[in-house]
Amino acid sequence: MRSRDIGFRLSTGAFAFVLASIVVAIGFELSRQSMLSIQKFGFDFWRTSTWDPVAGQFGALPFIWGTLYSSILALLIATPVAIGIAVFISELCPRILRTPLVFLTELLAAIPSIVYGLWGIFVLVPAVRSLEIALPDSLRALPLFSGPPLGVGMLSAALILAVMVVPFTSTVAREVLRTVPLAQREAAYALGATQFEAIRAAIFYARTGIVGAVMLGFGRALGETMAVTMVIGNNPQVSASLFAPQYTMAAVIANEFTEAADELYLAALVEIGLVLFIITLVVNGLSRGLIWTMAGRKSGRAAA
Amino acid sequence: MTGQIANPSIRLKAPTPTARPTEGAANRERDVKIDVEHLSFFYGAKRALEDISVKIHPNVVTAFIGPSGCGKSTFLRTLNRMNDIIPGARVEGTARIDGNDIYAPGVDVVGLRRRVGMVFQKSNPFPKSIFENVAYGLRINGMAGSKAELAGRVEESLRQAALWDEVKDRLQESALAMSGGQQQRLCIARALAVRPDILLMDEPASALDPIATQRIEELVYDLKKAYTIVIVTHNMQQAARVSDHTAFFWLGRLIEYDRTDKIFTAPAEKLTEDYVTGRFG
Amino acid sequence: MTRMVWRRMLSSLFVGACAIAVLVALVPLAFVLFFVLSRGVQALNLDFFTHMPLPVGESGGGMANSIVGTLILTGLAALMAVPVGVMSGVYLSEFPGSRFTSIVRFAADTLNGVPSIVIGVFAYGVAVLPFRQFSALAGGLALGIMMIPIIARTTEELLLLVPGALREGALALGATRARAVFTVIVPAALPGIITGIVLALARVAGETAPLLFTSFNNRFFTTELTQPISSVTVQVFTYAISPYEDWQRQAWAGALVLVTIVFICSLMARLATSRVADMRGR
Repeated sequence: MRSRDIGFRLSTGAFAFVLASIVVAIGFELSRQSMLSIQKFGFDFWRTSTWDPVAGQFGALPFIWGTLYSSILALLIATPVAIGIAVFISELCPRILRTPLVFLTELLAAIPSIVYGLWGIFVLVPAVRSLEIALPDSLRALPLFSGPPLGVGMLSAALILAVMVVPFTSTVAREVLRTVPLAQREAAYALGATQFEAIRAAIFYARTGIVGAVMLGFGRALGETMAVTMVIGNNPQVSASLFAPQYTMAAVIANEFTEAADELYLAALVEIGLVLFIITLVVNGLSRGLIWTMAGRKSGRAAA
Repeated sequence: MTGQIANPSIRLKAPTPTARPTEGAANRERDVKIDVEHLSFFYGAKRALEDISVKIHPNVVTAFIGPSGCGKSTFLRTLNRMNDIIPGARVEGTARIDGNDIYAPGVDVVGLRRRVGMVFQKSNPFPKSIFENVAYGLRINGMAGSKAELAGRVEESLRQAALWDEVKDRLQESALAMSGGQQQRLCIARALAVRPDILLMDEPASALDPIATQRIEELVYDLKKAYTIVIVTHNMQQAARVSDHTAFFWLGRLIEYDRTDKIFTAPAEKLTEDYVTGRFG
Repeated sequence: MTRMVWRRMLSSLFVGACAIAVLVALVPLAFVLFFVLSRGVQALNLDFFTHMPLPVGESGGGMANSIVGTLILTGLAALMAVPVGVMSGVYLSEFPGSRFTSIVRFAADTLNGVPSIVIGVFAYGVAVLPFRQFSALAGGLALGIMMIPIIARTTEELLLLVPGALREGALALGATRARAVFTVIVPAALPGIITGIVLALARVAGETAPLLFTSFNNRFFTTELTQPISSVTVQVFTYAISPYEDWQRQAWAGALVLVTIVFICSLMARLATSRVADMRGR
């Protein structure tokens, strides 16, 4: 009996080992492939902003900038909306509305990135462009809105990212809110709290997990590729302007990987991938840690 | 009538429409703090309370006893409209506090709950400091003008809850680091801080050890000088120890309501007697 | 009392804001679905499924090769991911609490969060570069890696839902642990596991980024696994960024097909999970 159980454990464990080793293999493989670039440029790779494959000059600062800028902007837009949805579904809405709303947010998450991108090119970008044109000149003078009204650029990318991030953040935030004991809300109500004040108490109780939910959305935004690639304008520059076409780490890999003729170029792109891998690893790890501390291990599972 | 009742005496002797302690001529018993008439409570289609009428007097401790599921907690929660937050809950009949119908349209539920404090079965401190827990109700209700006033009221409440001496040096520590009994007294302090005149306690000691329970009971005894206290308990010794009046609930109905000594020594109803003597429940 | 009025107002405002948040999120969803549907329907016809892409200038044509390509790619992915995912899930649910289990669970969640483009780079490194050849196999590998953590975690969760009494019943009859798991517990959870697999398939079928430089694209019909192969998503991408209206129309048609697949799978999953929830409720 015992020995057969061990056989069972070993055989299923072997598959589990495959799963775990894939993550290690990704890290190893990306490091190996990017060694050339790491050795040649060192830390300068991340501090310089000249991206000139022809001259063999590779500085990835614009991509880091574009990735962080677009993701943080998206987060600023998406977080209040996502928490609002989570609160509405878990605390406010009539029970019959709950399932349909959950389904719709799931659908929002399930629509392929490429479809968002297609919609972005043909619907969102023209709309953003007319918005940019309609902006009064006095505002256009600000660095935030400088540059020609192209439509493609940071604003379009951030908007589309926000749409894509909302369902992730709201789903996790909803799960986290569900783990708040009813007693917390009751305690607030019993002291004469309004509905808002009682929900605020619940959100406060769940704050760690909600920060985790927001970070999970951040992780998604950082790695999002197709939709962003199609609307951000793909121009490697460090600009504060919302209207400026910029570039992200994921987008440059998507666009230039097959064109990378020489080894250094390829290594530079893989290095960007490696850093993207590490950043998302850290962000997701932190976010899961927060969600787990909040909800205990059982509910943390829902956040996967 | 309910067909599933096994004991025929119930059908014969239905409780009087308005129960009220009959003996005792203390002055305070002429006053009525909470006056409930023909109150029924429904969860969706299910009737959880059936035609409850009761007059609760100020500055006494009234205990609700009965087997679990008998409706005593549900009834308690109708008195500060806590059941409102349950979807599908519905109330019929009237409940007056100081003569005002709390279920009348346009009643300020938030204000009602401030005046009718509640302590729950399991202590439920907020994940904040001891000080902030007590200050919470004061802050949301805007009841303290200055920092000094806030601190004063927090101290006063903690003293009332007999907790001050234990926590005065660690007010900024997390409430979650306290013992279970301390947490429950903190919740009492939190409820007292907003100066309610009624305190509802839903099995406040059921999760505590005997020593912590004794402290809560002593506290209840002290607090009745200033508050009208209604306490739900499944522990009959506790009801006998702390309460002046006792109401016995069974299957969503109020079977008997009288002075506590009467309930425990010479109940009018056979069912009450069976319950207090431990024949069921 | 003005304070009370203010608090009430704030509370109503908050409730209103939450409701508006829901609308704010549903508006883009409605917009996306509306455009995909209206533009997609215009371009979608039987030719789309049965014909090959035509060169620029010629109207019509379809994505027959891409559709077959996507089927092949997701099939390869499933072939690889289902055994690894399900068995890992069995391990996770059967041996909880061990250190290795925590590591595997952490790895699964980590892998789930790795950007798909990074997985594409990895698959390029291990399956394209050594052979100097884009291939369906490389694309299938990339998609498979994406499926594994989803399947593993779904399997784990669903197995944990199976009532302990079932397991005890089997063990009491003298079954070995493996036997109990594979003849009683896994079958009990099978509908849910299959739903999880279908959802994972739907998700990777909509992936573009990991295919760009693994399976690449192919203008021709092929079922050769060692050759570059077309996929609906990559083809939609190619068409979407092209300047030709005919191609753009095809892109919308492709998007409609993708969204339809996703919609049907999500709906199926919803129905299935509500059944699981019923089971749990009982």
